Formats: sequence, structure tokens, C-alpha cells
Amino acid sequence: MTIEFETPKPIVQTQFVLKTVAEEMMRAKSRYFDEHEHEIPWDYIEFMHTAMKAMGVGSLAPKEKSNGGEESKEKRPPIAYQMLATQMEMLSWGDAGMYLITPGGGLGAAAVQAAGTPEQKAKFLARFVEEKPTMGAMCMTEAGAGSDTSSIRTRAVLDEKNNEWVLNGEKIFVTSGDKSITEYEKLGKGFIVVWASIDPSAGRAGMRSFVVESGTPGVKVTKLEHKLGIRVSDTASISLVDARVPFDHILGSPTVEKTTTGFKGAMATFDATRPLVAAAGLGVARAALEFLKEKLAENGVQIRYGVPRQKLTNIEREVIDCEIMLKSAWLMVLKAVWMADNKKHNALESSMSKVKAGDVGTKITQKAVEILGPLGYSREFLLEKWFRDAKITDIYEGTGQINRLVVARQILGYSGAELR
Amino acid sequence: MYSFEPSEEQKMLIDAVGKYAVNDLRPAAREAEEGRLLPPKLVAKGWELGVLQASIPEAYGGFGDRSAVTGALAGEELAFGDLAGAIAVGTPNLFALPILLGGTEEQKQEYLPKVIEGNWTPYTSALIEFAFDFDPLALKTTATLKGDGYIISGEKAYVPFAKEAEAMIVYAALEGVTQGFVVSKGAAGLSVSDEAEKMLGLNALPTYRVKLDGVKVPKANRIGGDSGFDFERVLASMRVANAAAAVGVARAAFDYARDYAKEREAFGVKIAQKQAIAFMLAEMRTEIEAMRLLMWEAAWKLDTVKDDAFIEAYLASTGAADMAMMVTDRAVQILGGHGYIREHPVEMWMREGRGFAMFTGFTMV
Repeated sequence: MTIEFETPKPIVQTQFVLKTVAEEMMRAKSRYFDEHEHEIPWDYIEFMHTAMKAMGVGSLAPKEKSNGGEESKEKRPPIAYQMLATQMEMLSWGDAGMYLITPGGGLGAAAVQAAGTPEQKAKFLARFVEEKPTMGAMCMTEAGAGSDTSSIRTRAVLDEKNNEWVLNGEKIFVTSGDKSITEYEKLGKGFIVVWASIDPSAGRAGMRSFVVESGTPGVKVTKLEHKLGIRVSDTASISLVDARVPFDHILGSPTVEKTTTGFKGAMATFDATRPLVAAAGLGVARAALEFLKEKLAENGVQIRYGVPRQKLTNIEREVIDCEIMLKSAWLMVLKAVWMADNKKHNALESSMSKVKAGDVGTKITQKAVEILGPLGYSREFLLEKWFRDAKITDIYEGTGQINRLVVARQILGYSGAELR
Repeated sequence: MYSFEPSEEQKMLIDAVGKYAVNDLRPAAREAEEGRLLPPKLVAKGWELGVLQASIPEAYGGFGDRSAVTGALAGEELAFGDLAGAIAVGTPNLFALPILLGGTEEQKQEYLPKVIEGNWTPYTSALIEFAFDFDPLALKTTATLKGDGYIISGEKAYVPFAKEAEAMIVYAALEGVTQGFVVSKGAAGLSVSDEAEKMLGLNALPTYRVKLDGVKVPKANRIGGDSGFDFERVLASMRVANAAAAVGVARAAFDYARDYAKEREAFGVKIAQKQAIAFMLAEMRTEIEAMRLLMWEAAWKLDTVKDDAFIEAYLASTGAADMAMMVTDRAVQILGGHGYIREHPVEMWMREGRGFAMFTGFTMV
């Protein structure tokens, strides 16, 4: 091992390609879809699906195995999560809302990837590289259960006669929920991963997640939210009324043990996805900081790096502080995904990267709007949109406060009972 | 590739340095601070770890190659033990490394073996000037070419071990550009203050004011010879070292506050079980990690000679200085009244924490 910061070549190439996508397919449409909430950017969805299939990137679907006869390539260090983080950062730099509706399975696929059996992965993930773009989503939050996932009321009952799970409940704040569960002609058959209890008396130990496919009777979108930012991404409420799914759609063990292993196993999804969400937030922050520096430069304000702080103007100090925040936050993301790629336990690093990105994303965008004054506040530029978009990073995938709690428990060696 | 794990060799170094820091430096720190004296034996023992020696090639008496990353890892560990001790052990770096990085072959041959072969010997450098807007790239101390040598005039402050130093590198503006000059003990026109400076922190470290009143040095004493050397690279290395030390001190304060919070009870629970305290600790740990990674990247960029290494080192140093202030301040806060009492080390770390905003020039990797 060593300490190294050279961006792997495949990542550099991907960044290069995605930057063009971000500029031409995303930024060019950002304002329109921000102002036409709930319209669907089909051009982007179809383009991304075709492009990603051609490039073989961005999907968690199992790769086809190469012919056994041929000598496989020299074994390289794994970079799948590093690649994903970089992609999300760049696409969010383009448009954080649009990135969320990039086909490829989203958090739904990530949940299957993290907690599914090999058979489940084969069954559920293959669809994301088929002909039509296909979406996946995760249904966790309920009206009465946000970060406190152990209060989830949705129930899953096993119908032993038919060997099916019967789900009942009401989920809210489902990112891409509509495109994953509603049948659209232009989309393939998606799915949502629904969190439910198979034994409410067991608390967290009874919590499981289930794959619910699009077209399942009893499942429907009841509401699309109107939001502060990331408006092009649909945020759905989904009701499940006697929704039946096959027995093998449960992710994790169907039996309830005394321990919370099952729950923790499923929560491991978050160790994998938190740094990715952090990466997305930092893409927005980078967009804002670059815009700020560009506008300052246009107005003849140069940032003098290397000069003692006592000699800097306030604007220079602010910009330099933003750079420090952004660079260091990005390195935290990289470390967390590097650990994931190398199968190292990253619960601490993962949550720290999310804490940091939530802070940094909001601070940098807020600072940029402040410094640019009338320019920053105007809808003539996208900066005010990024200010609105960035805030979500500190909220979804565990609020900044929940992630602080996770970090604190890790560093103190406390259980959930010891530090509530 | 990205990779975030030190090599086996680096881990061994961290381990050895870490043991010295925790078992030797830390226990001696308070007494040294109050008595304004670091035991020479303590410094000698740290020197024997061979951190600097391992950065100098065999041709000049050492046994390795310089790596800013390795130096930064060692620097963080030393500072984790005690900052004053860390700076003292590393003071000869301030003389040797600029020569290694920018010196002529003759200068390397002449000076490096002297510094690193044998016991810890005070060789140092004089960079900081006593002005609120002190700027390493716009020094008030000047050097002027005259005949077969340079005339140096000006005043330096915070020069570690200046009183005993065999020789020091004095940084001065030569036609507006910062350059380094070797000035030997007893040079005519060189005077060192009688008393060591009294500072907010670092009282165990003897630093002095140095006055240069038309000190004349031969042309051969300019680092890099007639064409000089790239000071920005040296400055970047100083900044990385400053960031590494800041991370080390912050880590010390964090660990101490965390352990205290897990022991101390209030209202029937450990105070660490209160979110008000737990969240402070979570943020401290997060910021330490952030600046440590930025510092690592800056060090790596120095080693791999990246174009933006200079900027990155500046960002790392600036960010780490703020971080160290925040973390050490919170450590005191978590201990409450006890944090304010000199029986605990956190108040000392807090005083050191503010210093990283100006310590550039004290350490180098």
C-alpha cells in the first residue's frame, strides 16, 4: 500500500466525456426543468441510457463474464465505487436534479447490490442494461419515520399458502419513485425497494427490505412533491395496499433473529451510498465555486493564493476557505469509496464524508450567492438554483445530524442505546 | 491510482515515532513548558529515530530519499506527542532540507554530512519577521550582491535554537525574490537576542530574535549558487509540515477530550452520551480527517512535482491552522472548567492551536 492521489486513467476519461454531457445535455436544460416541475427530460434519460450502455459504465448490473479460455487481464485494483463517485460528482456539477433521474437503478439497485443474494442481483439488476432506460428507487421514509427508520410502520406479512409477501403501508419522499413504479411507455420495468417490518414486536431486528416491481397491483403513486430544489427529480408518495410480491423478493433473511444483524446488514447500504450522495453534493458546490471565481475574474478580482491571510481581502479569504472545504471534502469522499472498493469497513469514513459534504455544499453555495449579491440572487444565472439544489445533500440519505450521530457512535464506541 | 494507506515502511516509521512521541515527548511536555526547557536527552533520543537521516541520500551521509509524505506522517506523530519537542527534534531539517532541495552539489557535500552524521546539533533557519503582515515571499530582510559576496541586513524573529546554532539559513529578499544564505555562527554583524522569546505557547522551544547588520557572506553561501534556488518549493514543504503538525496537535486534543467525555459524568450519564458533546466530537474528528487528507495530498503533490503543489500546500496549511484552532478550543470547552486548569494539557494545545497561523518556518518535511 501507499499514499497516492493520481486519478486513475479510466476515471479521467469518464470525467472528460461526462463534462460534455453535463454542459450540453444538463446545464442547457437546467433552467427549463427547474421552472417546469414534474416535466420529464426524456432527451436526457434516453441519451444517458444509450451512452452508458455503449460505454459500459454507471450501472451496478453484473458484468457479463468473458470467455473462460482467454487469459483474463492483469488484475487491477478495484475502482468501481471511485468511478461512481466521480460520475455522480460530474453529473451533479451539470444538474443535481437531473443526475438523480439518470437511469441505472439508483438507490434501489444499490440496495439490491448491497444486500441481495447473487441470484437476486442477477434477477433484478440485469434490466438496467436492457433496451429501454429503467429506473429504481428506495422507499424508506414514512410520514412518522424519517431518520428514525426503526419507527417504520409499513408491514410485510408472509402468505404461506401462496408463498408471497403482502405489503401494506404509505411511503413518502421516494426519489424517482414515480419513474420506478409507474408504467411509462418509454421506460423499462423498474422497481422500488420497500422497507417494512416482518415483526413489529422485534423492532429493528424485524426490519427488512423488499423488491416491488412496477405494475404490482395495489402499488400507486399518490403524490408528487413540490420542492425547494432538484425539481426535475420526482419525489413521490407511494401507497401499498395488499401489494403482493414473491417470497424471494425479500433482501436478507426471512426469519427474525434476536439480534439486529439483519437490520444492520441492510443499513450497510448506506455505508456504500452516503459517500456517493456526498459526491453529488460536492458537484453542485464545485459548480457554484467555479461560477463565483469566473464572475470575480470577469470583474477583475483575482485570488492571490500563497499570500498570507493578513494581506488578503475578505473576498479572497472567503474563496480560499471555500476551496479548502471543497478539496478536503472531496478527498474524504474518495477515501470512503476507496475503502468500499477495497472491502474495508467504512461506516465512519462514509458518514464523515456525508457530514462534511452536507456542510460544505450548503456553505459554499450560500457564500457564493452572498458574495455575488444581485448577480447571485438573480434567476438569470443558475447559481441561485444551485443554492437550492445543494441543501438536499444535508438532508437526504441521513440528515447532517443523523450522520453526526453515526460518526459520534463510531468514535466513542457507543451503541444506539448508549448514545441516542 | 488513489490509495490511502501508508506503506509498510511508513507504518514502521509511524509506529517508532509514535512510541517516542507518546512515551517520551508527551510525559515531559508540561514540565518543559512550565520550565521553558526541553531536556537535551529527550531531543537527542528523538533525533536517533533518524527521520531526517532517512530523507538524505547515502552520498551525503544519510540512508534514504526524501519523501514529503513520509516526512508529514512522521511530523504528525511527533506533534501528537508534543509540539515543542517535535519542532526541536526537527530543527536541523530547517537547515538540511533546503540545501538538499535547492543546494548545489558542493553545498550538499559540504553541509549535509555535518548536519546528519552524529548527534543532534543545532542547525536552523531564520525566516519569520516581526511584523503583522509578514510575508515569506516579500521579506523585509534584504541581500545585496557586493563584490565577491552578499550583504544581508534585517531582523528575524522566532528563530529556533539561534543562540547555539552552528549555522543557519537566513532568508532574505535579493532583488525582491526570496533566497537563502548560509550564515555561520559568529559572523560579523550577526547578533542573537540574549533571552529566548516569550510566546503564547511553545514555551519549551527556545526561539530568538536575530539581527543582521550588514552581514557579509561569500557568494558560495547562497543556496543554489549564483542562480539561486526555488524558494516556493521550500515554502510549500514548510507549509505541509505546518499542516502535519497542526493535525498532530489537533488529534492529541481530540483524543484527550474524547476520553475525558467518556469518563466524566453529569446528570447520571457520561457527558459523551449527550449529543451536545458527542456532536462536537464528531465534528472535530471530521475536520481532522479533512485536513489530514488535504495535507497528505499536498505532500504527495510535492513528491510528484505537480504544478499546483504550491497552492495545495498553502490551502492545507491555511485550512489545518483553522482546524487546529477549532479542535483545540473545543477540547478545552469539553473539559469545561477543568480544561482551563493547567493540570490538563488541553489549554496548552489550545495556545499552540492558534500558532499554526504563523508557525510556517518552524518545521519542514
